[in-house]
Amino acid sequence: MTQTITIDPVTRLEGHGKITIMLDSQGQVEDAHFHVTQVRGFEKFSEGRPFYEMPSLMARICGICPVSHLLASAKACEAIMAVRIPHTAAQLRRMLNMAQMVQSHALSFFHLSSPDLLLGMESDPRTRNIFGVAAARPDLGLAGIGLRRFGQHIIELLGSKRIHTGWVVPGGVTEPLSAAHRDEILSMLPEAFANVKLALTAYKQIADSFKQEIEVFANFPSNYLGLINEDESIEFTDGALRLIDPTGTIIEDGMTAHRFTEVIGEAVENYSYTKFVYYKPLGYPQGSYRVGPLPRLNIVKSMGTPQADAELAFFKQMSAGPIESSFHYHHARLVEALYGVENIERILADPLILDKHVRATAGVNRLEGAGQIEAPRGTLNHHYKVDENGKITWANLVVATGHNNKAMNLGVLQSAKAYVKDGKFTPGALNRVEAVIRAFDPCLSCSTHAFGQMPLVMTLVNADGEVVDQLIR
Amino acid sequence: MSKLKVATVWLDGCSGCHMSFLDMDERLLKLAELIDIVYSPIVDAKVFPDEVDIALVEGAVASVDDEAKIKKVRAHSKMLIAMGDCAVAGNVPSMRNPIGPEKILDRAYIENASAQQQIPCVVVPKLLKIVRPIHEFVTVDVFLPGCPPSADTFYTALTALVTGAPLDISALTRFGA
Ligand code: SF4
Repeated sequence: MTQTITIDPVTRLEGHGKITIMLDSQGQVEDAHFHVTQVRGFEKFSEGRPFYEMPSLMARICGICPVSHLLASAKACEAIMAVRIPHTAAQLRRMLNMAQMVQSHALSFFHLSSPDLLLGMESDPRTRNIFGVAAARPDLGLAGIGLRRFGQHIIELLGSKRIHTGWVVPGGVTEPLSAAHRDEILSMLPEAFANVKLALTAYKQIADSFKQEIEVFANFPSNYLGLINEDESIEFTDGALRLIDPTGTIIEDGMTAHRFTEVIGEAVENYSYTKFVYYKPLGYPQGSYRVGPLPRLNIVKSMGTPQADAELAFFKQMSAGPIESSFHYHHARLVEALYGVENIERILADPLILDKHVRATAGVNRLEGAGQIEAPRGTLNHHYKVDENGKITWANLVVATGHNNKAMNLGVLQSAKAYVKDGKFTPGALNRVEAVIRAFDPCLSCSTHAFGQMPLVMTLVNADGEVVDQLIR
Repeated sequence: MSKLKVATVWLDGCSGCHMSFLDMDERLLKLAELIDIVYSPIVDAKVFPDEVDIALVEGAVASVDDEAKIKKVRAHSKMLIAMGDCAVAGNVPSMRNPIGPEKILDRAYIENASAQQQIPCVVVPKLLKIVRPIHEFVTVDVFLPGCPPSADTFYTALTALVTGAPLDISALTRFGA
């Protein structure tokens, strides 16, 4: 008799997924899969469209990180135009990217994961959400909403719309920053600093009570990929990629967007619409790696801003080499959010930030181009080919959730083995299995995007494939 | 007055409409005094409740799962709101219609893959041939266009629907807004 436990949908995720846990005849966990259940086809239906349409079309892949797709797409277009964007445009885009990182990290930490962290993995599912957090800890509930608002409002001040702004275009941005908007952003900084520090303090107070989760939340050696500057500080918008091995040794460095497309491959597993990304020279699955906040902090030597550097030093005390448990993505996310607020302050101090020259123009000068950036949840690469008239003939996108796909699946298996024993489980235990996925903060909208709906069921199937028992939550 | 039960549902959309819903920021807590969010990607319910007062649905209908889902939502909801242009008119997801699912799947999992090329088929749902807006499957009570509808639109429309105040959607938002 074999049993399968299905968690469907995995809730409090940016998208939907399913988890299945397969038990052997003794009721022990044999295997586990994380399924992404939808596919949308942007790579195909963009064919035939003019390349300059791509940023605003591609932004519709994801409403949580539309800015990531806007920027990666615009950079791919600029590679096709062979154009360098004006300094002020580059700075404004960096600020836009920081604002999005802060709002997305606030969403992941407060709205999606803090119910587990603050109310408890075993707490009542009916209140295990942001409203429950706001009732139990009003200060933190409001800090989360406030920090997300901070990022979203900056995006609105720059691009006149919070979600799917048309402000980023190939060559730069459409409008310069006004003095009034700069001053408004400056006036928002003190509250944002206070909110992110409150989160860091609260997290550090509770982190120790999750020792068991830290042990089994995708806690294993792996390779790590992320953008880095020449001075080895963290980077989200420019720089080049570095890939390190489990000991922290560099496998490949200075990887440009174009090089990425040569060495990064995508494998398919029959149970997921999200592909499994890997480093080709090492093959699949050995060439799998992790991306996002934890890998970024594992890779860099500094953040480049004083307060975040102090937090990075504290974070890195955890281990001499790369930090392995994906539970620490939460902590890394907050360090990055602090960096984001500091970096926005720094960018606003640029004497040229109000300069009116924010857009370069050019036609098609190359028939192929790629652009890469760090999305909140990890590296994003857009790669396009066009004809002489600038019509898209081919496109490929590699998104963060694809890079982390292998690690998420292994992490689900690791935690299922710890929390499902002898065919028995509790809802709190299964919530922990889901929480592994939440720690990665996968953007399923980006990764093709999921949807499926069934109750949480544990099904017992006999050897003839007949369902003999079923437990429904 | 007992609180109204509200669900938010995610079909084939980009989640931007849900994010715009969250963009109500602190007003979310005010709204929570009038409504209970009983089912949504942001809460932990796994099963669509038997009786919901208002269901807001994002996204078009693109897979067999979406189709089963929208029918279930309709059967258990007093009022169904098509939230955003994808739900209202198909929008971006329907751009794959002239191409068809086979070529979409081929491109992603055969041509653009470098290992284990195959079309996923275990647990993942089958794609429908044509992506369509939700009113082609079920009756829709309120259309809330926009890509996405703004947070102000959500707040004004929801408070009006909950309190019974008059509501003029066309004054709030439009297709493509
Ligand atoms: S209407 Fe726009 S914002 Fe809403 S799901 Fe569709 S593409 Fe996203």
